[in-house]
Amino acid sequence: MSHLAAAAEQGFLSPTGVEIAFLLVGIVTLGAAVVTVTTKQLVHAALWLVVALGGLAVEYLLLTAEFVAWVQVLIYVGSVVVLLLFGLMLTKAPIGRSPDADSGNRWAALVVAVAAAAALVWVVVDAFRTQWIDLEGPSQGSTRATGEILFQHWVLPFEALSVLLLAALVGAIVLSRKSDSDKEQR
Amino acid sequence: MHLAYPAVLAALLFCTGLYGVLARRNAILVLMSVELMLNAVNLNLVAFDVWLRDTLHTGQALTLFTIAIAAAEIGIGLSIVLMVYRNRGTSDIDRLRDTAEGPAADEAAASALAQKAAQEAAQKAEAAA
Repeated sequence: MSHLAAAAEQGFLSPTGVEIAFLLVGIVTLGAAVVTVTTKQLVHAALWLVVALGGLAVEYLLLTAEFVAWVQVLIYVGSVVVLLLFGLMLTKAPIGRSPDADSGNRWAALVVAVAAAAALVWVVVDAFRTQWIDLEGPSQGSTRATGEILFQHWVLPFEALSVLLLAALVGAIVLSRKSDSDKEQR
Repeated sequence: MHLAYPAVLAALLFCTGLYGVLARRNAILVLMSVELMLNAVNLNLVAFDVWLRDTLHTGQALTLFTIAIAAAEIGIGLSIVLMVYRNRGTSDIDRLRDTAEGPAADEAAASALAQKAAQEAAQKAEAAA
């Protein structure tokens, strides 16, 4: 794990408790993500995605961003995964193992992903070798701070986002509605 | 906390999602991998927001916006996948090759165009008669 390699590089500084917790939860999250993209059972992929997204919510909590963490739990674990499960069932996904879950260009994809991971990790570790996050002091992401900032400085993007959500809602309804020509055919 | 921990985790998660997008065959599994990539970006945004102690909390505001956009994206994406499944009977990306380019596709398109032109000509002839 390059996590451990990164930790070993900084071995002269003993890791703090938060760092150890972050590392453990990060390993679980990454493992769940890897299982999500490699498992042959489609429904299991959605359930492992729950573990990965929940682990990320814990990482947000460790980074003192509590409001984002609870939004993550509500929206991703609560609704996106349920939507994905509904999608799997409505497209009659096989419950057991499906041998054709991966396409033929799996090895090319693996090469691309490993090359990208190596390049990104190398650059990131090299760039931020001497940077430390100060987690002391007042919480950076408490619900109070986030709400004040969001409704004082980010109101206009917030409202634009509500229009975008409305447009997405209307679009999803229009797309998933049966059209009139379908009814005539039956 | 060392900044490399969240940054490295985000990079690895992003590459996991990248592998999933490229290697998966079922359209819904591809959407799941896209969610993983978006979440990696969110982790970076939160970590850098806390690191910079940004008074505007730009990172966390953008994280909330990304989450909302991801929800919209998954809704639209799933309805498109369901429509494709209803019309084609499959959500297998490898089999949706109607817009693929290549000599065979060009010939098929050309023949379809010629057929359509012939049909139109026949209709015009009928109308004239």
